[in-house]
Amino acid sequence: MNLDSLTQTSGEWLRSTGAEADIVISSRIRLARNLSSFPFTNRANAHQKAEIEQNLKTRLEKLDFEPRLVYLNLAPLSLLDRQLLVERQLISRELANSEGPRGVAVASNEIISVMVNEEDHMRLQVIRSGFSLDEAWQDADRLDDKLEEKVPYAFSEELGYLTACPTNVGTGLRASVMLHLPALVLAKQIEKVFRALQKINLAVRGLYGEGSRASGDFYQISNQVTLGKSETTILGEIRDVIPNIITYERQARQTLTRESRPAVLDKVRRAYGTLNNAEMMTSEETMDLLSSVRLGVNLGLIDDINILEVNELFIHTQPAHLQKLLGKELDSEERNSERARFLRNRLREINNHLN
Amino acid sequence: MEKETLVICQECGQPATVHLTEIVDGKKKVKHFCPECAEKQELLKQQQLNLTAIVQSVIGQHVGGAADELSRLTCPSCGIKYMEFKAAGRCGCPNDYKVFREPLLPLLERIHRGCRHVGKIPPHALEHAALQTELRDLRQQMRTAIEQEAYEEAARLRDLIRQKDHADEPR
Repeated sequence: MNLDSLTQTSGEWLRSTGAEADIVISSRIRLARNLSSFPFTNRANAHQKAEIEQNLKTRLEKLDFEPRLVYLNLAPLSLLDRQLLVERQLISRELANSEGPRGVAVASNEIISVMVNEEDHMRLQVIRSGFSLDEAWQDADRLDDKLEEKVPYAFSEELGYLTACPTNVGTGLRASVMLHLPALVLAKQIEKVFRALQKINLAVRGLYGEGSRASGDFYQISNQVTLGKSETTILGEIRDVIPNIITYERQARQTLTRESRPAVLDKVRRAYGTLNNAEMMTSEETMDLLSSVRLGVNLGLIDDINILEVNELFIHTQPAHLQKLLGKELDSEERNSERARFLRNRLREINNHLN
Repeated sequence: MEKETLVICQECGQPATVHLTEIVDGKKKVKHFCPECAEKQELLKQQQLNLTAIVQSVIGQHVGGAADELSRLTCPSCGIKYMEFKAAGRCGCPNDYKVFREPLLPLLERIHRGCRHVGKIPPHALEHAALQTELRDLRQQMRTAIEQEAYEEAARLRDLIRQKDHADEPR
């Protein structure tokens, strides 16, 4: 797999297709699986980790599964390349920053990836555009079955799939849906939504998982409980709650356009104006401004750019993507200046294309 | 909307982006900070969900007075002591779930409000369980042999593991 070619596209999860794609960015399934005859990654020595990697690499590459998986050895990759994979949500920050033998098997459409030697020996991930948890689960389940034919899993009848952390034991399933909720943020209703979700044991996280800030008004909602409930129940609980959040966001959007249309239009236009004219731009500010523009496009307040183009800017202005696209390594101040230039150029191109 | 743009950091007067609502004695207090001042106050850190810390505190609560007995528990497969598991919040190997079962069950109940798997059952895992336990023991023996520089024995065990592991190849 040519990593540089990844930057040509925005990746499946930002394609902005699928049901409710104006609010639901993507749906993701993650399964934690371990080999039964090895210590977990944190307890394995370098030799064992290499053995685990070799074992899984061979089996993943030879797997009778469509789409084919290509294995990337992460240890020799540069920090920039690893960061690129994090930004594309193909690997976790933890795997990118850890040490020793580790890697990821990726399908060329980037919908499916399998991390090797993360906290668990394997983390299977399926990420799909829009509200499509069930499709994502079907892919993950199918891949899991294929792998299990070849790989002896650590499993107990009583406790299910055994994982390094007791918070994942049982199904090993983390199902999450990423939502863009700018109107609920503007209306200061977002905290209320979080509290309601926490009451039913669902977790809310930022764009890049645990501990990350909700940049660009993106929120990931996922299950916390993995034991004592079946996969069907876990998926059902998330599937049932998402339409309510979508409805709240739509109501908040309607209220905004009805009661404060000039203020919203002003915010959207200012955001677009800043993106078109700034000389320095941090990735945080870019995310926040693009979020306003995205809201503006979805509300029909602005037609200078479409959703796919906005989504692409979200990913292309991330630090590693930006450096890859420009073909050079940049420090953070250089990045801010180049990011602003990149945005001005890209928005001009889009604008010229429209006229 | 208008209010949104006017809120400034109560520490330095920069635009505030972090808004903290605290309930003190039933009274709501809202604080506003810019990102730098919020960082200084470590507000964001406090708000992050630290799973390890939660697991540790829950483990702590359940160990209580039985600590002495538990501190002697060690997994024969991976060598992790119960206290090490408690400190890290992570198991060392799949076998820990058997060895530490007793203190683990109340912990799992607290985390998941359930401690019995009712989900997917992998069709092949159980039929291979015995072989995998054997392989795990053989690998442990091989490591011990290497540590003791008994290389002939280690080589014999290595070949045995290969042979048995190969028998596990898919049908």
